[in-house]
Amino acid sequence: MTEPVLEVKKLCKSFGALVANKDVSFDLREGEIHALIGPNGAGKSTLIKQIAGGMTPDSGQVFFLGQDVTNVRTAQRARMGLARTFQVSALAMEYTVLQNVVLGALGARGDVFRFLKPALKDKELLGIAYEALERVGLEDSAAKITAEISHGQRRELEVAVALTLRPKAFLMDEPMAGLGTSSSKGLTRFLDNLRAQAPILLVEHDMDAVFSLADRISVLVYGELIITGTADEIRADREVRHAYLGEEEET
Amino acid sequence: MQREKVINALITLLLVVMPLWAWWADEPFILTLLTKVAIFALAGVGLNIALGLGGLVSFGHAVFFGVGGYAMGILASHAQSYSPIMEIPFLIEGTKSMPVIWLVAIISSALAALLVGALSLRTSGVYFIMITLAFGQMFFYFTISWPAYGGEDGLLIYTRNHFPGMNTLDPIQFLIICYAILGVVLYFSARLAKSAFGLALNGARQNTERVLTVGIDTFRLRLVAFIISGAITGLAGALFADLNRFVSPSMFTWQTSGEIMVFIILGGVARLYGPVAGAALFVFLEYVLGDLSDYWHIYLGLLLLLVVLFARGGLIGLLAGREVAHD
Repeated sequence: MTEPVLEVKKLCKSFGALVANKDVSFDLREGEIHALIGPNGAGKSTLIKQIAGGMTPDSGQVFFLGQDVTNVRTAQRARMGLARTFQVSALAMEYTVLQNVVLGALGARGDVFRFLKPALKDKELLGIAYEALERVGLEDSAAKITAEISHGQRRELEVAVALTLRPKAFLMDEPMAGLGTSSSKGLTRFLDNLRAQAPILLVEHDMDAVFSLADRISVLVYGELIITGTADEIRADREVRHAYLGEEEET
Repeated sequence: MQREKVINALITLLLVVMPLWAWWADEPFILTLLTKVAIFALAGVGLNIALGLGGLVSFGHAVFFGVGGYAMGILASHAQSYSPIMEIPFLIEGTKSMPVIWLVAIISSALAALLVGALSLRTSGVYFIMITLAFGQMFFYFTISWPAYGGEDGLLIYTRNHFPGMNTLDPIQFLIICYAILGVVLYFSARLAKSAFGLALNGARQNTERVLTVGIDTFRLRLVAFIISGAITGLAGALFADLNRFVSPSMFTWQTSGEIMVFIILGGVARLYGPVAGAALFVFLEYVLGDLSDYWHIYLGLLLLLVVLFARGGLIGLLAGREVAHD
């Protein structure tokens, strides 16, 4: 078996008396979409932050590409190839769509300390930026101000910025949040193809998307990972149905 | 956007025509005022890199203005008293040469910015404002209590420093020097805003998380911005000291920090010509209203209030419209 791209080992994090994550272990392998689901307050966001680098765990480790990155800072993890998208779009709102993707390409190239050459005339950066925009279908909106495009387009832009990093793994925090049915179906198809490029750790509330996309699903309840399995295994598991899916199946 | 360029060109034209007129009409005082505008604008252009582009509300830029001023004061005072600054372990003498003084002012204020920035950029928001203010006060009280260079009385420099091939005592020639420096720095600042560095810095102001997650270390980014910003304001400090032929701890006061910020807010935050328009307006008001009353700051305060409430883009924003340049 090949080494997992991303591996989380016995991660623990508490805030005072509140245990947000307790001994969470799982991995993300080449070519897969691994979905992380769980009710609100289960500790998914805390977990994502520790994987992306914004938060240090109390104990446990995070391995990325075989390296222990537990104490590596966010920017460095991104440079290693860990691309994150946010639940609430994290974009430079005053910038044009193009400027946002060029910023991503710039970060990936790593030579940010250039003071005179105009960044938006850099052919290499523009090439990467437009390629990413075309893949998500935003090339026609390149000149629009980010604050003025639709919510759905911003979700797509968020993915486009992640693409400019040419990442080794994607970390996607609710990419479907707030999308209408047709947009979320479009994004589902897109992510389906994306896994060939790099594996995706997907945190998502949209169960249709999760069950149609995920190769494996992990369920987080009260900070603990209760099961990891295929979509069918998760559906069949009684504990999961009780803790999480139960209410949904009855409706 | 096009409109802003036209307005910038008009301001440039005005700033070129006025000294020509004053020179022709033999009004040296007007020339001195215009030189002051250029120097204040330069200090503002420096702060605008940190504040406008980087969103770093520094209330301590008087530190760099003052360090630049004292760089000039210390070098020139040693030169005029023919006493070396130090002899052990090697000899350093004072100088009256402007280019050397500028270089020393730039380097020493950049170092001061490195020190202040490295500590204060670990915080943000109100804490950042307070820490930069605290540094300003520390430098202020240090210069007051340091008798070697005049303490509270400051340092008087008898003649203006020299620039090769020019008579710096002639107001128009010193003005040309200050204008030239401002022009070069404005050009640099315009290029900087559009460069890779500017793109990332302005991006970090809008969304720190975004810039971090594309792999750019925002702390280093902001620290470099703060150093460039401080160095420019330091250069302005050296020129200001040369204009007055006098340096004193008052350059380090928090009022100085506030005034540099006022230039930017009056003119337009993050606008290339914001500090130029703001400094010109400030000096004009000081001259006109200062004649009417010693308490002219009351009117300045009122104006500032109006700008903040009704014209957030400052003078440039008011004239050029809200849209910020994108291309």
